[in-house]
Amino acid sequence: MSNAARPLAPAARLPAERQAGAAFLRRLFRRRLVILGAVLVVGFLLVSLAAPLLAPQGYDEQDLTRRLHPPSSQHPLGTDMLGRDLLARIVWGARISLMVGFLAMSLGFFFGSLLGLFSGMYGGVVDRAVMGFMDILLAFPGILLALAVVAALGPGLYQVMVAVGVNQIPAFARLVRGSVLSVRKHEYVEAARAVGASDPRIMLRHIAPQVIAPVIVLASLDVGTAILASAGLSFLGLGAQPPLPDWGGMINQGRAFLRSAWWVGVFPGLAIMLTVLGFNLVGDGLRDALDPRLRQA
Amino acid sequence: MWRYIVRKFLAAIPVLLGAALLAFLILHLSPGDPARLVAGEGAYEEDVQIIRKKLGLDQPFLVQYLRFVGSSLRGEFGRSLRTGRLVRDEVAARFPYTFELAVASLILSIGIGVVAGIAAAIRPNTVYDYGATLVALAGISTPVFWLGLLLMLLFSYYLGWLPASGRGGPLWTLAGWQSILMPAIALGTPSAAIIARLTRSSLLEVLRQDYVRTARSKGLIERAVVGHHALRNALIPVITVVGLRLGALLGGAVITEQVFAWPGIGTLIVTAIGTRDYPMVQGTMLIAALVFVVVNLCVDLVYAMVDPRIRYE
Repeated sequence: MSNAARPLAPAARLPAERQAGAAFLRRLFRRRLVILGAVLVVGFLLVSLAAPLLAPQGYDEQDLTRRLHPPSSQHPLGTDMLGRDLLARIVWGARISLMVGFLAMSLGFFFGSLLGLFSGMYGGVVDRAVMGFMDILLAFPGILLALAVVAALGPGLYQVMVAVGVNQIPAFARLVRGSVLSVRKHEYVEAARAVGASDPRIMLRHIAPQVIAPVIVLASLDVGTAILASAGLSFLGLGAQPPLPDWGGMINQGRAFLRSAWWVGVFPGLAIMLTVLGFNLVGDGLRDALDPRLRQA
Repeated sequence: MWRYIVRKFLAAIPVLLGAALLAFLILHLSPGDPARLVAGEGAYEEDVQIIRKKLGLDQPFLVQYLRFVGSSLRGEFGRSLRTGRLVRDEVAARFPYTFELAVASLILSIGIGVVAGIAAAIRPNTVYDYGATLVALAGISTPVFWLGLLLMLLFSYYLGWLPASGRGGPLWTLAGWQSILMPAIALGTPSAAIIARLTRSSLLEVLRQDYVRTARSKGLIERAVVGHHALRNALIPVITVVGLRLGALLGGAVITEQVFAWPGIGTLIVTAIGTRDYPMVQGTMLIAALVFVVVNLCVDLVYAMVDPRIRYE
């Protein structure tokens, strides 16, 4: 009998879940700007995946007879000072930018959420220590901390990723801590504790799902922030080293030719802006769609 | 109120001590021997040893840290390896330029941000609103250094209206104004976007309040309702963000200064990193943190004065 009942339960629940999911997607894509954002994000993701197909010549094929050529049918975005096709470099550069953005965000997400979870869950000394450390990290304005970390680690792609990721830890920690504090006292957490659930189980099974929504919003916005910050460091010459097609570094190279060959610096910047805009639009839409107050309105 | 101020002030002390430790630690752990850098390549080992002793680099970690803290408490913040001058003096010579740039961009961003936010909020869900939202998000998404280059391309190279880089002079001169305009716009654009979005959401919230409906129902024209009644309350959260932005702009100026060859702290730090002048980087970082924490403290106090609820939390 129990065997007969078991497949029924999930099947009966499924339509309701599906409805909730469909309602969420409807809310999300009701705003046209979110669609634009999703198109941008998915577009750049596809471009980065398809780089070997879109630009089979690679990012470093030089043609010194065609240096600083303006956009043409052969080179739609022109060529740089070494005669390399800018479109190909931007296409390959999408991989670097998105990788740095996602990995730096993941670093901040992982360590920040973990610290926030512990801080909110245990309170007391743990909370004071963790939040004190976060205050110290936040005491450095802007990308100054990232700059110092790169100064210490030396220039390079992975160093930038770590530096930017560290910069993002406090935001996640504070957000998760605040959310944990607000759900920790709920009865279902007490109930879980009463039936003997362990702390890790309570944290991961009962608390984490309740606090994940704002964290997802922050994560999607932070990919954009991370891409911007890492581009800034690359622009200062501290990011991926040549000949890697790092967008921020490409703008830095284009700076010298701004007057004679504007396209070298302008197109990589456009790519950064559109990618970050995509993540911001999606993050914004997610926030609105997940906000219960706006849902009722 | 005094208790609140004292409490906030005391809370800032451990943060700054921690910031000093972090700045010290990061640069202490970095590879490379500062003594060898000062001695120059190919220097004899004995000379390097002498310099190491002179700089105090032969001392244990804790002693070196305490020396850094002591030097900072005396207001010196260490000594540059490259120039041999106190970090304080180097920063004091540059800070006014960074400060004027940050303030100029803040003023610009408040002007643009508040007006755009109001325009979007009084016509919610219209073309204006969507347009303002999209422009604001594009502003947040634009790398400031790239925007700086675009401005340079347009206003200096094509139109020839503004100087491409450098600081033209004091702000009360025309050349001074012309030179600060582009860096201030580039640096202020993300802040303008943030302020615009906040003004919009805050004003929309206030416009739903009962007293706004009362103002409307007694026949006030829309301009008076928004300008006199709604905006005053809507701008309270904006004030906080504006204050916090000033701190962020001071730090964010690092890259903008590089683009426009603005002679501020950013240029100082980047040069120090390039020449591996660690005491300089460390001292400047601590000073930046100090300024940032003090600015944020002031914002807290102003906010507590405006909104008494904060004090009693």
